[in-house]
Amino acid sequence: MNTQMKTAGTSTPDARPAIQVAGVNKWYGGFQVLKGIDLTVNKGQRIVICGPSGSGKSTLIRCMNRLEVHQEGSIIVNGITLTNQLKRIDRVRSDVGMVFQHFNLFPHLTVLENCTVAQRWVRKLPKKQATEIAMTYLERVHIPEKADKYPGQLSGGQQQRVAIARALCMNPSIMLFDEPTSALDPEMVKEVLDTMISLAADGMTMVCVTHEMNFAREVASEVVFMDGGQIIERNRPDILFSAPQHERTKRFLGKLLH
Amino acid sequence: MFQFDLFLQAIFSAPLFKGALLTIGLSLCVMGVSLVLGMGLGSVASSPRPAVRWLVTLYVWLFRGAPALLVLLFVWNGLPQISEVFRAGWFTPFVAAFLALSLIQIAYLAEILRSAFAAVGRGQQEGAAALGMHRWQIFVVITMPQALRIAVPALMNEFISLLKTTSLATVISLKELMTVSQFAIATSFRFLEWYGAALVYYLVIVSVLTLAQNRIEHFLARGYR
Ligand SMILES: Nc1ncnc2c1ncn2[C@@H]1O[C@H](COP(=O)(O)OP(=O)(O)OP(=O)(O)O)[C@@H](O)[C@H]1O
Ligand SMILES: [Mg+2]
Repeated sequence: MNTQMKTAGTSTPDARPAIQVAGVNKWYGGFQVLKGIDLTVNKGQRIVICGPSGSGKSTLIRCMNRLEVHQEGSIIVNGITLTNQLKRIDRVRSDVGMVFQHFNLFPHLTVLENCTVAQRWVRKLPKKQATEIAMTYLERVHIPEKADKYPGQLSGGQQQRVAIARALCMNPSIMLFDEPTSALDPEMVKEVLDTMISLAADGMTMVCVTHEMNFAREVASEVVFMDGGQIIERNRPDILFSAPQHERTKRFLGKLLH
Repeated sequence: MFQFDLFLQAIFSAPLFKGALLTIGLSLCVMGVSLVLGMGLGSVASSPRPAVRWLVTLYVWLFRGAPALLVLLFVWNGLPQISEVFRAGWFTPFVAAFLALSLIQIAYLAEILRSAFAAVGRGQQEGAAALGMHRWQIFVVITMPQALRIAVPALMNEFISLLKTTSLATVISLKELMTVSQFAIATSFRFLEWYGAALVYYLVIVSVLTLAQNRIEHFLARGYR
């Protein structure tokens, strides 16, 4: 089981970065979406990725759990190098939760079933145990009373919280968020951000594509600015927001903040 | 004139009842096999391999274009001419009708299911994949139930048409409802009563199917109300 971890060549498990992206290039046909991306996310770090539309933020984050395939460079998650090997992809996905812009809840399953389906099929847990775990996390996101409702009967904010609970049920050590609040009505953004803030407070490793600058200020260990498939600059949020180094960052933040 | 007692007699006659059972049995067999194979074809219709897509398109084009009567006659009369195996005893009218109607039905269902699968959307598969589910698990637990919900009205329509299309098998002497009625008419010359009785059978079967359709749609629509 642990052979791949050993070959990763690190001494103590805690010193191992959660995610190492090195020299990653990716193309869609002739169009290069990611250009030489290097990014290390340490355990317990919370990285916020921002940048203009089409800059490759989603593509990058989706490469981290192999929803997208990169052509060059390497991505190592918890010591496992992502390749086409299903076993590796499984192990990475079993430790990486993902929350999508449009929730991607299963509309034909109840909230509770949304939270138990992967536990039962992937983890092979008995129904009772899966349900207990699901209820724990539904309580954590403050909607245990919606367990028997269907996603379509919930507000956007509630759906996104269910999506977070669904991911947490698999007990991931890393959570990826791809614009989790940008499909929500303004009054629902806060309840989702609060849930994410409480996750951050618990020490969850997080990579989050978002333009919620207040969230970034409050929880991000580091903000990464991307443009044109490249990482233009990365820094602590207070520094990046107050004194961006690059012209493109300035322009982007200027547009975002005013 | 229309003799009501003869009409009742016809309805409750053993041959017509058996004919109806055969009609239902054949329809169920064809539909069952076509659902499974149509689902297979429908889900590979968007395969990344062009050769696979091309083959599916060719199949659907051929069997949606060919009239059922032609396919029935081709299978029943043509296949034995092609190969020895179809001249053996197992190749009964039932088998021939099953084969011919399945070939056609698969094409129709593949087309319906292809668009239903496409309508489910990639986000569903990605959501499940991100949770670590495997391809076949995603297909069975996530994609298929949602695609079926979308497809059920069209599938039930196809089933009802199929049920009536089985009457064409009268040309290859399959003893289904229409053949049995024709036999009775050949000796009694009572057209109205026997056609009327056969009509009653078709209407009853279709009505039951329509009720079943409502129940199934209601069941599959949970979560969407
Ligand atoms: N499946 C695909 N096929 C071809 N091109 C794609 C595909 N997915 C994304 N792209 C292109 O790759 C580029 C980066 O897309 P990506 O979704 O990663 O950007 P993004 O930074 O997340 O943008 P947004 O803020 O709009 O979500 C865009 O130009 C997009 O058009
Ligand atoms: Mg995006």
